[in-house]
Amino acid sequence: MTYIQLTYSDLILPSFLVVMDGALSLVLRLKLERQLAIATVRMVVQLVLVGYVLTFLFAAVSPFWTALAAFIMVIFASREIVVRQKRRLLGFWTYGLGAGCTLLAAGTVTMFSLLTQLHPEPWYHPRYALPLLGMILGNTMTGISLGLDVLTNGLVRERAAVEACLALGGTRYQALLPVLRDALRSGFMPTINGMAAIGLVSLPGMMTGQILAGVEPIDAVKYQLLIMFLIAGGTGLGTLAAVMGGGRLLTDHRHRLRLDRIAADPTGANFSWIRGKFRRGSY
Amino acid sequence: MLTVSALTRLHISVSFELNDGECIALQGPSGVGKSLLLRAIADLDPNEGAIKLDGTLRDAVPAPLWRKQVTYVAAEPGWWADTVQEHFTGWNDAIPMVARLGLPPNCGSWQIQRLSTGERQRLGLARALMLRSRVLLLDEPTSALDATSTAVVESIVAERIASGTGVIWSTHDSAQAHRVGSRLFVMGIGGHIEEHQL
Repeated sequence: MTYIQLTYSDLILPSFLVVMDGALSLVLRLKLERQLAIATVRMVVQLVLVGYVLTFLFAAVSPFWTALAAFIMVIFASREIVVRQKRRLLGFWTYGLGAGCTLLAAGTVTMFSLLTQLHPEPWYHPRYALPLLGMILGNTMTGISLGLDVLTNGLVRERAAVEACLALGGTRYQALLPVLRDALRSGFMPTINGMAAIGLVSLPGMMTGQILAGVEPIDAVKYQLLIMFLIAGGTGLGTLAAVMGGGRLLTDHRHRLRLDRIAADPTGANFSWIRGKFRRGSY
Repeated sequence: MLTVSALTRLHISVSFELNDGECIALQGPSGVGKSLLLRAIADLDPNEGAIKLDGTLRDAVPAPLWRKQVTYVAAEPGWWADTVQEHFTGWNDAIPMVARLGLPPNCGSWQIQRLSTGERQRLGLARALMLRSRVLLLDEPTSALDATSTAVVESIVAERIASGTGVIWSTHDSAQAHRVGSRLFVMGIGGHIEEHQL
């Protein structure tokens, strides 16, 4: 297995493509050049740092350092979930729900794949555990963010319908069911879209990386299929847990709708741009 | 009998009793808290106080069962499905009631989107009347209706009252309050209610 190694100087020429984007932004007055510059610098710094961190972790093969890295990844994922919410839950659950569901879903699915399919030695080997967790986390996070966003916005928008059902003696589950279904559909949709388009519209990043690294395409495909199954499972589990948990938190034991447990929309920002970003997915 | 003791919700603090077969007309300026009071009795919002139906504490009854017995009907009813009949547990049983309220029997397949405000209000009321609740909490139930439809609604509710249903009827129409109410409560800015002579 051989691959063409890159040096940092090999990246200088391709980086001018980003400079070209910046120039376009200036010429067309898109006012994106500052954001583009910040995003580019962040990307470079973050990836280089991750490269060194992973090198250290792969050399250490320590359960403690692997668990710490996984924990930090989950913390960042839960922060991202909160940042992407137009309306957030109040109190502990602002972060607690997203973090709990992400940990539950991505952790379960990652452990499942390590213990049943990949069997690395030791089972927590960071070379397998962390990339797997990272890919599953990224997609689970997207599903949970979308699911919770549609849930909270749906309940605010459909308040009259939910309360009409409750007023007629419906349980909180019956009253919330239409909104819960919408939220679950939204959470699952990026994964389903990604699965349907994969290979035809796009070659996934992980598979491309393996092929560039010299892996036989059919072996890379097998890995990619494993990842896609894990992503589908993790996203399904995480979205289900987050949406059902969110539904429970936004009602109470007396089957009342509790919109007072949602913070007001801090920005009034339109969320559609984030949805567009989510729908592209990342594998 | 519905007993409301020291019911507190935001600025509202009230105590009263509603006998079977009695209608209390509830009046007061807009925004004073009439809807809040009705919603609190139905336990749709967090509130404090002792509410009893025939001596049984509300908290001892599961909330969905309580609301089937003490039913709140909003002035602008909500809809959770696409067609009219999906909002009724037994549409065929509801057709006579719907027809009495001036809507055609085939309106079950109508899309909610195409309903007028008045049609929505009558169907929302029909939906609640089908529960045959012990207590009806009517929040301006005829605010979007013409005189004829209003008279029909008043007569249907009067029949229910005659058969023992207790009703609290919130209205801005003083003439209607005098027509339907056996007692008149007026809610003031402070969230207290005073009983007035009819």
